[in-house]
Amino acid sequence: MGQITLQGVQKSFGPVHIIKGADLEIADGSFVVFVGPSGCGKTTLLRLIAGLEDVTGGAILIDGRNVVDVPPAKRGLSMVFQSYALYPHMSVRGNIAFGLKMAGVAKDEINRKVEAAAATLNLTPYLERKPRELSGGQRQRVAIGRAIVREPKAFLFDEPLSNLDAALRVQMRLEVTRLQKQLGTTAIYVTHDQVEAMTMADKIVVLNGGKIEQYGSPLELYEKPNNLFVAGFIGSPKMNFVTGELAKQRGATTIGVRPEHLKVERDGQGGWHGTVSVAEHLGSDTFLYVDAGPLGMLTARYVGELDLHPGDKVSLIPDPARIHRFDDSGKSIHA
Amino acid sequence: MATQQTQLLARTLLTPAVALLFIWMIVPLALTIYFATLHYNLLDPGSESFVGLENFRYFLTDPAFLASLQNTLVLVGSVLAITIILGVPLALLLDQQVVGLSIVRLMVIAPFFVMPTVSALVWKNLLMHPVSGLFAWIAHLFGLPAIDWFNDAPLFSVILIISWQWLPFATLILLTALQSLDEEQKEAAEMDGASAISTFIYITLPHLARPITVVILIETIFLLTVFAEIFVTTGGGPGLQTTNIAFLIYSQALIQYDVGSASAGGLVAVVLANIVAFFLVRIVGRNLEA
Repeated sequence: MGQITLQGVQKSFGPVHIIKGADLEIADGSFVVFVGPSGCGKTTLLRLIAGLEDVTGGAILIDGRNVVDVPPAKRGLSMVFQSYALYPHMSVRGNIAFGLKMAGVAKDEINRKVEAAAATLNLTPYLERKPRELSGGQRQRVAIGRAIVREPKAFLFDEPLSNLDAALRVQMRLEVTRLQKQLGTTAIYVTHDQVEAMTMADKIVVLNGGKIEQYGSPLELYEKPNNLFVAGFIGSPKMNFVTGELAKQRGATTIGVRPEHLKVERDGQGGWHGTVSVAEHLGSDTFLYVDAGPLGMLTARYVGELDLHPGDKVSLIPDPARIHRFDDSGKSIHA
Repeated sequence: MATQQTQLLARTLLTPAVALLFIWMIVPLALTIYFATLHYNLLDPGSESFVGLENFRYFLTDPAFLASLQNTLVLVGSVLAITIILGVPLALLLDQQVVGLSIVRLMVIAPFFVMPTVSALVWKNLLMHPVSGLFAWIAHLFGLPAIDWFNDAPLFSVILIISWQWLPFATLILLTALQSLDEEQKEAAEMDGASAISTFIYITLPHLARPITVVILIETIFLLTVFAEIFVTTGGGPGLQTTNIAFLIYSQALIQYDVGSASAGGLVAVVLANIVAFFLVRIVGRNLEA
């Protein structure tokens, strides 16, 4: 079991409020991603759940039991650190076994569990090596092995893939997701990368300035963002925002259209007119950065190849069903 | 990449410095070897004559030699043990966040900057003196007889003074090493359920293996040649109780005026230091390999 509930959790360092009251319900077995820009408090929130920081106010419940006064090891969670934090003088076996050894588990049982964990992560040939003799991806797997061997109630991941190169990151992303589904253990995963968040999460928590902006499934966040921040943060390339007369016509202060919901027409009629300033040809997609005069710079995504070049005139036609409307305070207006 | 030209240039430019260093080393060594083979006593000038290895036989069979060799090893070993066993907890304490830490650190490090003669005099006259010393005063407070340190426990007293001087060095090296210990590793150990003691044994101590090696190597080099502290406090006595190899050589040369025997002793000391260094690097040098 691994149901985690946050009730009005607050954290301040001196006069600085990092977490301004977080309420959250994480279901057993789900994969929840905390995402947000640097300094939004996502790592702090994770460390509060882990017990590495003390809460200033509020309660953290694991399976219904308030754990704010329980030391980290007794909370039944395990953590994968950004730097992996492997013990450099211990072999891979020693690293994975350390938690069990500290818990006073019998020797043969430790060996059995370590070997099972190593087999799951394809680490068996490396068990006797030291961390410095491993590649980045292997170190990452040792760190995960150290987490799974203790059969915790939940895994906590603190930006674990940020030190890997792009190709390896995609591969490890899949491996982590698959492993979590296979074990069925609750996981909380911190990242600043919204692609990681969208691809891995059952549910995403978007944090900004110490507050939870929205909590929902990836597609909910994509289709029905609560406010301007979430709308701008989720989705790549970023959503286009237009203010002024065009927005007023639709009864909003700001309207937003995602680049993929702008239809691109060469010298077309209607829609918004502009000049291509940069065109990125990826083969599978074409990203256009269009200078639309009073509307500012707009980004449009065209699936497939589109033979447009800087200086070409285009018109962009927004999909009327996919226009997001926001009021004065930045909140979404749902019709 | 170094081309042949740059290699030649580098060698040419290095030559004067290397040559000078070589001369600096080889002339005293050659003269010492030369003197070691002479009957050469300053009280008997003009009687210099070649005696072969007689000086070595004399020095090595002198009962004072074995006594001073033993004193040297006891002194080096004890000071190393004291500075490391006390240095580790001191460094751990100084690594904590407390008020006035910078002043405390300065005070801990201060003894290292006091020159050996001065610190030996302070210990001898202000602290350990059986009549006017601080320790005697404290003993009297409790109604105990004062200890005459340099008569009752001469070697221990010298070890105490030298340990006091070298403790800051060990502490400082270990402290900088502690500060480079990754915070996340300690947190990982905490998540793994390690107690403070287990964290120390399994995480901190292995991390300190390398700086401890450095401390042992550097301290050994200096402790083999301790002289000022002994000269100022006990003068090698009572008897031979605090005479180490360096002091024995000094007394051969400048108390007995026997230059030949002292030179032979100096060469023996060089050989001994190399033997110690050889075993030391064998035993602890492995820690230095990355």
